[in-house]
Amino acid sequence: MSFFLIQMNFEGKDIISIKDFSKKEINYILNYAKEMVSYAKGEKYKDILKGKVLSSLFFEPSTRTRLSFESAMNRLGGRVIGFADPGATSQKKGESLADTIRMADAYSDTIVLRHPQEGAARLAAEFADGPVLNAGDGAGRHPTQCLLDLFTIKTEKKRIGKNKIVLLGDLKYGRTVHSLAYALSLYGADLTFVSPGSLKMPKEVINECKSLGSEPASTSNLEKAIKDADVLYVTRIQKERFPDAEEYNRVVGAYKIDNELLSAAQEDLIIMHPLPRVTEISPEVDKTPHALYFKQAFNGIPVRMALLSLVTGGKI
Amino acid sequence: MKELKIQPIKNGTVIDHITAGNAVKVLHILGIPKSNTSIVSVAMNVKSKYGKKDIVKIENRELDPHEVDKIALISPKATINIIRDYEVAEKHKVNLSNEISGIVKCSNPTCVSNSKEPVKSRFIVLNKDPLKIKCYYCEREPDEEDIADRII
Repeated sequence: MSFFLIQMNFEGKDIISIKDFSKKEINYILNYAKEMVSYAKGEKYKDILKGKVLSSLFFEPSTRTRLSFESAMNRLGGRVIGFADPGATSQKKGESLADTIRMADAYSDTIVLRHPQEGAARLAAEFADGPVLNAGDGAGRHPTQCLLDLFTIKTEKKRIGKNKIVLLGDLKYGRTVHSLAYALSLYGADLTFVSPGSLKMPKEVINECKSLGSEPASTSNLEKAIKDADVLYVTRIQKERFPDAEEYNRVVGAYKIDNELLSAAQEDLIIMHPLPRVTEISPEVDKTPHALYFKQAFNGIPVRMALLSLVTGGKI
Repeated sequence: MKELKIQPIKNGTVIDHITAGNAVKVLHILGIPKSNTSIVSVAMNVKSKYGKKDIVKIENRELDPHEVDKIALISPKATINIIRDYEVAEKHKVNLSNEISGIVKCSNPTCVSNSKEPVKSRFIVLNKDPLKIKCYYCEREPDEEDIADRII
């Protein structure tokens, strides 16, 4: 690796929560991901993971995370085994996650896991000798999404801190925004949380941001919040995380990003979204220079290439 | 003359300095009376140098460290006195280790530790007094007042 004077060793390390990483380690991963962009686009090729096998275990639906992990592994010359439908596995016969992990660990070098239960990836790491990468555990953590979000902000804005960043939407159940608020606070970003009253950012997340020196503002007034914002991070109101349909119906459609709203925003405001989106961003926004969400989704590949390479010990 | 509210015991354990009002919870944690046939005396809201406290005396039973850890979850200032032949043979304060395993059930119904997986619940102790613990698996931090109800 040529990009950094100090080498860091991530070989064999599990990627479970963004909180397991220092700012220095996050910077290292983001710098390495930058090196991976031309490989992610297929402009360059190096089979540094040749002979390595990745288990891709998705117990919950996913498009971007699963495909980008699999693309990342293939782009680096590795192979992928696994499933995207747990109905076709022994889990249906009552097998525990621990036993499934033991098997996948024996059949491959690295495991990527998405699971509906919080803490599943931490548990998997206990039963696997090889590294486990958390691709989302219930309403819990999603560290690789957080890293690709940081990578996108850094790439577009040249820095992460000192940006005014608005997090919008379902801040209560959204797993990406909790990790992101924590990570952005590490970098000293100026945070504003915008949500319907019933979907406010949990107190413990706000306290965590404060403990890192951040003073996040909370409001329900989106127009005012985006006026001087550098980044608008939009999340979907996730129907599947609501305990009852009535609560969901009360808040769905509370915010909508369209060109009229954006006419008051700064020219270089970037809009991010972990996707999938439903109605929260109007398709007319896709054609504006504000729309960064598809590029953000692409960034999942270089970031996941960097992670797979680092934890399996392959070097560009 | 000083009035004795509870008689001294010959052999057994005296748990002193229990947070006032928590003696019944301590008995629950120790599985008393179910697992115990010895005589148990309880004094609640006893005046002490530091305000009110509860005291529990258990005859003919010496607590082991695992039980002591559990008591620390609801009464961090409690002291354990092992009594042999009316004398205090051992005295120690309850002390939580930095990690507690298999003692408290996670309050998050979708935490993997509440499923059929072959693992015990695990909590990282962030602060001992006031008590603050975090689930090792899902990272949820239960409220201090909920912890007593979740002791396994």
